[in-house]
Amino acid sequence: MSVLSRTTELVDPVPGDGAPHLPAQPDLVQLLTPEGERVEHPDYALDVSAEELRALYRDLVLVRRWDVEATALQRQGELGLWASLQGQEAAQVGAGRAMAAGDMAFPTYREHGVAWTREVDPLHVISMFRGVDQGGWDPVATGFNLYTVVIGAQTLHATGYAMGLQRDGADAAALAFLGDGATSQGEVNEAMIWAATFAAPVVFFCQNNQYAISAPIERQSRVPLYQRASGFGFPGVRVDGNDVLAVLAVTRAALAAAREGSGPTFIEAFTYRMGAHTTSDDPSRYRLAGELEEWALRDPIARLKAHLSRTGVADRDFFDAVDAEGDELAVRIRTGTRGMPEPAGTEIFDHVYAETTPELAQQRAEFVAYHASFEEA
Amino acid sequence: MADLRQFALPDIGEGLTEGDILTWLVAVGDTVTVNQPLCEVETAKAAVELPSPYAGTVTDLLFEAGTTVDVGAPIITIDVGGEGGGSRAGDAPAPPERTAVLVGYGPRTTEATRRPRRSATPQVLPEADYGSGTERPPLLTSAPDVTVKPVRHGGLEAGRAAEARATVADTQAAAPTSTVPGSGPLRPLAKPPVRKYARDVGVDLATVTGTGPGGVITRADVDAVRAPAGAAAGRTEVAPDETRIPVRGVRKHTAAAMVASAFTAPHVTEFLTVDVTRTMKLRQRLMARPELAGVKVSPLLFVAKALLLAARRHPMVNSSWDEAAQEIVVKHRVNLGIAAATPRGLVVPNVKDAGALTLPELATALADLTATARAGRTTPADMSGGTITITNVGVFGVDTGTPLLNPGESAILAFGAVRAMPWVHKGRVVPRQVTTLALSFDHRVIDGELGSRFLADVGALLHDPGTALTF
Repeated sequence: MSVLSRTTELVDPVPGDGAPHLPAQPDLVQLLTPEGERVEHPDYALDVSAEELRALYRDLVLVRRWDVEATALQRQGELGLWASLQGQEAAQVGAGRAMAAGDMAFPTYREHGVAWTREVDPLHVISMFRGVDQGGWDPVATGFNLYTVVIGAQTLHATGYAMGLQRDGADAAALAFLGDGATSQGEVNEAMIWAATFAAPVVFFCQNNQYAISAPIERQSRVPLYQRASGFGFPGVRVDGNDVLAVLAVTRAALAAAREGSGPTFIEAFTYRMGAHTTSDDPSRYRLAGELEEWALRDPIARLKAHLSRTGVADRDFFDAVDAEGDELAVRIRTGTRGMPEPAGTEIFDHVYAETTPELAQQRAEFVAYHASFEEA
Repeated sequence: MADLRQFALPDIGEGLTEGDILTWLVAVGDTVTVNQPLCEVETAKAAVELPSPYAGTVTDLLFEAGTTVDVGAPIITIDVGGEGGGSRAGDAPAPPERTAVLVGYGPRTTEATRRPRRSATPQVLPEADYGSGTERPPLLTSAPDVTVKPVRHGGLEAGRAAEARATVADTQAAAPTSTVPGSGPLRPLAKPPVRKYARDVGVDLATVTGTGPGGVITRADVDAVRAPAGAAAGRTEVAPDETRIPVRGVRKHTAAAMVASAFTAPHVTEFLTVDVTRTMKLRQRLMARPELAGVKVSPLLFVAKALLLAARRHPMVNSSWDEAAQEIVVKHRVNLGIAAATPRGLVVPNVKDAGALTLPELATALADLTATARAGRTTPADMSGGTITITNVGVFGVDTGTPLLNPGESAILAFGAVRAMPWVHKGRVVPRQVTTLALSFDHRVIDGELGSRFLADVGALLHDPGTALTF
């Protein structure tokens, strides 16, 4: 028997063979079932107050509202592009809320939910997608690094940052975000080897949303992603990425271990990208509608809402108030986006060096002259 | 009071230049809210709904569904002045002019509206003598590039545009040969579309006095002569009883091919009505297969596969009559043509070496072929070298036809609509999925026996796809 055919037995079923992404998963950490029922896990206890539950619900709803509004703005020509996080709200909010003040997040370009928890202004994120700046927030003040569009590169940044924390003796950790597709990148593997070798205080938080643009996870890995961590020499855990409580508990534990000097953890948040990869993508060309319907039943917001209703932690007035707050947020995003000033073309020269060089000053002058050579509109 | 805003088609996919409006989801007079879907637009990348940037009342839809629209062109007018405008009507900005993109690809509109350089080189007018009704490049190979595609009437539109552009340089160029109108030139001066127009309406240009620049005869001059002298003043325009459409492009090619087919290849047609219920069931099963995920699994796919299997058993149907050499050329590869109705007319692109493809490959190839044809991007290479053709008349809801051969081929199969019909099945009349196949073949090459056996095999495969195992 060849190696290939033996390892094939470990693979999740491919789409079309029965329930595609719902293999029996004894290893999946879950604290809230899709029906909104609270369950316990032996390794991940979570004590969460009613107030915290309501706050998590508010986070999820507002983040989704932001995402919906940004997608509409792109369709109206106000943004050049938008990467929707729909379906991944719980993974991002849970991870973001697990962070301590001194921790540092290293996002991809889809971590709007994490940005929200780090109190980055949504308009600062949107301005980048409108193309008026390169990302307008302060990474140090927010503990949220700038978006990285290069796939997987931020895992190296996070590992290096974590090694710095280690040398400073800081009581903090780095949280590196990545997607399932990024696990095929060389940088990610280098980062994990480096992090393992130095027991760097970094947590690799992988949102497995099942697709690297159009390539399904079955084409990325022969084994469940979290099992890869053991090959690098640190623990891996698969958590229900649509369960905000489980994500919160697992990420908290991993960050605590990192701060204590126990080294990295790889978290695979098992989730699903309900929308397109970006607004330039048409997922109906590579996904079956049935798959989407199946995942809609595991919606992260619906399950928390069901739990809050069932336990009486929140009532209709609360839900309505959150929705109304979402609409206000949407109006603020819409008017704020349309009101963004056009940047001066010379800004690209302004932040290259602390003190500009003669060569750069000359390039800047040439650039200004070139633009001045056009007639007025 | 009315406060009209226009919504321009944005670049919804990083560097797109145009999109097709598939359907309007609102109508004139409708009240719309912010982010309410207005229309569905299909671009080269995706079909998406466009949400409204304004709240208000729709006052105008600027393009009909089915139109290709350039990015940046306004598509809808919304009155935000009424109560529907809401609190944001006041601070809503002017109609969007920017077509922002995140990364390098700039939308073409940006280029088109670019401010001229101060040191602009002198404008040359290559179009000044274009539009003469000369043959444009074949329509098939030219990508659609205009906002609205006008119906071209023999190049006259372009001709008039060229007249309107007539420049001083144009006049000067004409001057050496023409001194005083009517007194000198051997051949009256008129642009080709006007010449053609004069010939069409029976006016001799020698009898016309030109009033255009440099004494050039214009269309109006021809009309002045054409009108009876007495009636000219009081005459009113009468709506024409007919429209004359010049034969060109795909239509011209289709006509030539059909004449060649009908009058050189003596062909006959046979019919077979088949119960295809099992194939339809198989289709449902295969649609769930991962190999066929995301690919259109159409009934046509199964007809194509059946034809390919049957052609393997009867290679003579995949042949050509070489009149010059007095030989029958049996093709070893099946280049399967699919007759496709496109906005530009009938085209018959073919799938090269279709017999060598697996079912998923064939499905993909058919989908690509039809998508390319519908987009008007079928190349001459796609259409040449066909060896046998299927025409899917069933998509139009008809049962069958007597197709004409694609020239150079010896057989063509028409596939009719699949209908639920009363049918004798296992001794009882029950509703079954039934279709009619029609095979036309060149009787010089294919005898009735061979044609019948081939058609019967195609039918048998569709009746019971399991028989494919015996092929």
